[in-house]
Amino acid sequence: MRARILGLAAAAACLAMPVHAAVVLSDAAGNYTISQAGSAIRFTIGKAGGGGFDGAFARFKGTIRIDNKDVGRSKVDLTIYPESVGTGQGRIDAFLRSDAVFDAANSPEIQFRSTSVTRTGDTTALVTGRLTARGKTFPEKFTAELDGLKGGTIKFHVTGKVLRSRYGMDVGTPLYSNVVDFDMTLTGKRG
Amino acid sequence: MQTITNTATRYGWATIVLHWLIGVIFIGQFILGFVMVRTQSQRTAFELIQLHKSLGFLLLGLVILRIAWRLGDAVPPLPPSVGILERRTAPLAHLALYVFQLALPLSGWALVSVSTLEIPSMPFNLFVMPNLPLPESDAAESFWASAHWYLAYAGIGLVALHVCAALRHHFLLRDSVLTRMITPSSAGE
Repeated sequence: MRARILGLAAAAACLAMPVHAAVVLSDAAGNYTISQAGSAIRFTIGKAGGGGFDGAFARFKGTIRIDNKDVGRSKVDLTIYPESVGTGQGRIDAFLRSDAVFDAANSPEIQFRSTSVTRTGDTTALVTGRLTARGKTFPEKFTAELDGLKGGTIKFHVTGKVLRSRYGMDVGTPLYSNVVDFDMTLTGKRG
Repeated sequence: MQTITNTATRYGWATIVLHWLIGVIFIGQFILGFVMVRTQSQRTAFELIQLHKSLGFLLLGLVILRIAWRLGDAVPPLPPSVGILERRTAPLAHLALYVFQLALPLSGWALVSVSTLEIPSMPFNLFVMPNLPLPESDAAESFWASAHWYLAYAGIGLVALHVCAALRHHFLLRDSVLTRMITPSSAGE
């Protein structure tokens, strides 16, 4: 997720249009702090027989650094607090926080650290990085699309799929899909 | 092959196998249900509940088969040694056992169907079992959870009575009521 944001910013900054590139880049370049206001980290897990299971994390923090010389050196860090998971159903939230899934008491943070950002279009980028949850780390990819840049605020739409079984969260498969679809809106404020 | 069906004097293998299979699953389901709601680990509890659901659907299928077989096949009469009171009450107890065997899995199915947790049912991970067409709500969920709970305790009480009666026939009255439900050949009445 974070990676995608970074990628988007980088892509937007570097390559948008040659005429404006310098302006956009200098506009977008810099360090941003992800703000919970204006941001949302949502996920969906498919269910056997159709339909899905939606949730969101209410608390997270992170930074986005857009390098004005080399997009590839841009960086995204995101920390999610699984204790803040919400599905609209209290019993499910308690289950997700328990050691059946997140084990939030012993693993209070889920972290993403980008390792590379590759521009894929005018406003899109592929962000790869390392996702750590419940003590296990695996490489993951997210797609970031720049959604807006205004004043000191930058906004990305980030999507990606994560296999939960690798992080010791395979409970409920195959009733519930192993694939977690992330859909995030990340808003960064300069500084 | 002749021992598959019942005759006027003994039970056949179909009745015997279904009887014991259902009996073992029924008692196992009671124990599993008792344990799963007291399990601390949420993960283990979740998995035990899914197993309980799988076995419940299997039980429902077997019970329907058993009832169909019972309606379509001969029922050997009780041995002549059985007294008039038991001759009158035993069929009622057996009818009640069939009612509980049906009501328990059906009430469990209703419970998962109306649950606001919306957890799908997938017996033994083989296929998705649709929910019963009942509206989901917290109130309906607690109603069916209570119904399932009371039926389970009443049902296991009835099973205990059934087991005591069978043991009484075998060890006190020394008749063939228990042994004829073990193999067709041992029913020499």
